[in-house]
Amino acid sequence: MEAAYPDKRTQLGATAPTRTRPSESHGGLQGPFSTRNGSSHFREEGLSLQMVAAGPQIGYARRRMSIALSQRPVAAPSPELELTADMSFPARLRLAIRDLRDGLALWRLGWILGWLDIRLRYRGSVLGPFWLTLSTAVMVGSLGVLYAKLFGMALQDYLPFMALSMVLWNTLSGLVADASGCFTQAEGVIRTVRLPFFLQPIRTVVRNALTLAHNVIVIVVVFTIFKIWPGISLILLLPAFAVWAIDGLLVCLLLGTVGARFRDVPPIIGSIMQVAFFLSPIIWKPDQVPGGAPFLPLNPFFSFIEVVRAPLLGTPLGWLTWFSVIGYSLVLAGITLLLFPRARGRLAFWV
Amino acid sequence: MRARIDVDNVSVLFPIYHANSRSLKKTVLAAASGRLGQDQQHRVVVQALREVSFTLGSGDRLGLIGANGAGKTTLLRVLAGIYEPVMGRVGVKGSVSALLDPNLGMNSELTGRENIRLRGLYGGLPGHALRQLEEDVEEFAELGGFLDLPVRIYSSGMVVRLGFALATAIRPQILLMDEWILAGDAMFLEKARSRLENMVRGAEILVLSSHSEEVVLDWCTRAFWLDQGRVIEDGPPEAVLTRYLGRPLKARQRETV
Repeated sequence: MEAAYPDKRTQLGATAPTRTRPSESHGGLQGPFSTRNGSSHFREEGLSLQMVAAGPQIGYARRRMSIALSQRPVAAPSPELELTADMSFPARLRLAIRDLRDGLALWRLGWILGWLDIRLRYRGSVLGPFWLTLSTAVMVGSLGVLYAKLFGMALQDYLPFMALSMVLWNTLSGLVADASGCFTQAEGVIRTVRLPFFLQPIRTVVRNALTLAHNVIVIVVVFTIFKIWPGISLILLLPAFAVWAIDGLLVCLLLGTVGARFRDVPPIIGSIMQVAFFLSPIIWKPDQVPGGAPFLPLNPFFSFIEVVRAPLLGTPLGWLTWFSVIGYSLVLAGITLLLFPRARGRLAFWV
Repeated sequence: MRARIDVDNVSVLFPIYHANSRSLKKTVLAAASGRLGQDQQHRVVVQALREVSFTLGSGDRLGLIGANGAGKTTLLRVLAGIYEPVMGRVGVKGSVSALLDPNLGMNSELTGRENIRLRGLYGGLPGHALRQLEEDVEEFAELGGFLDLPVRIYSSGMVVRLGFALATAIRPQILLMDEWILAGDAMFLEKARSRLENMVRGAEILVLSSHSEEVVLDWCTRAFWLDQGRVIEDGPPEAVLTRYLGRPLKARQRETV
């Protein structure tokens, strides 16, 4: 009976090439008679998930050990829980802030969950998450050539712009779309274990950041082909991505909460983002709107994309754009701060 | 630190948003004999717990009995900190483990081993305890090579074995247990039973929700009869069970725990 398991696993390994699942090539896929204690680990796992997999165990010796092991049970950590129902805003704000603090303390878990999400989505596929890279590459390649012709622009002017814009937009819209489901998707866990709710936004942002990291390859390739090197202005990406990360967390908190309460939110967000895609300079360039460029920072999507795009393309970045980014961020933070503390205690009922 | 639970005048209301049809609302209202009401904003709410107060100290073993939907699981969730009360105060001192759901939030796409790790991480276990947890569960569940395959392909018996091993691997001071863990034939394998009993005995406080007369009599020193979110009887298990069942308890030998 026992010998049948590893057979099955070898077959599974054959249908899904081990190259995409290196974690299993260590201990996981070994046959029944291979060495014991091969170590297997999650791929994402420079982090913490290092695990020593006992090899397949057959026989008596191991079973005896189980008795010995159960003599030293794993002790649970002992936190203290003190909840007083208090519907006043300051009390709820305190709880919400504690939630954020506890969530941040668990960032490693958020990171692992984000990784697992990506890995699970592509488990068993040949290219794994690099499907993301490939589909972005195909999209950028085909649309880039077509629109360069339509707009009558030189390919070396248009394609780098378009590749960069597309990747940034995909990240932004993906994050916003994920945000509205960020709590409802974690329903099973939320209703089983007490955890800071803020863990879920962290997980969502990590997941989308990893998606972005896979797509960056497309940008690097395009920039290499057209010999673009942004140089020292790369430093400007640091504040830009810092703002992206903070606002990403805020958007998840806000839309996740609203999305848990009102289930029509995800489709509404979807259609808004579709319109926003065409209204924002993603496939068209800002300087193609005669006289309209000064008003572009009113569009938050433009501003958020431009603070990353301008330094990379070497185009001037007006102070108005940063002003818009900070302004919209403050508005977002304000709304979130008003809404999340009120809704936090109810989230477990809503999801 | 000694484990302790203080529950003071706790009420929990469930707003129901997705029951949007008015006729459905009326039907439910009529059926639920006054436990459904409307709040100020005219939402339908279920009063899952109403003005529950009690204190448990080290050594207490509380059994919750009552019909389905009486609020047993809600009370366990409140003690676990998953539901926050809308009225009253809940204070829980000591490490808590809540076995509420057979899947324990397991992700069926992940392998058994990954689920063990994840569960440990959710529980906030440090690195060495994670390894210990993994070994312990691996030994007990005896899933062999299946532990490295997705839970999705497990047979239902294997899922139960993994869930049970995982649930009973962490020893808390306060154990909150829903009856699922006692259900099913596979559970009553001698091995499973002794492991569960070890765990129950190791915990300072046990709160157990069960329909089984024997389990409550065997394991509990105190019982609540919950009805429509209220504690309507509180006392020694024999007395509460007699009144709940409306008949004398079966003459039986008390088993040793």
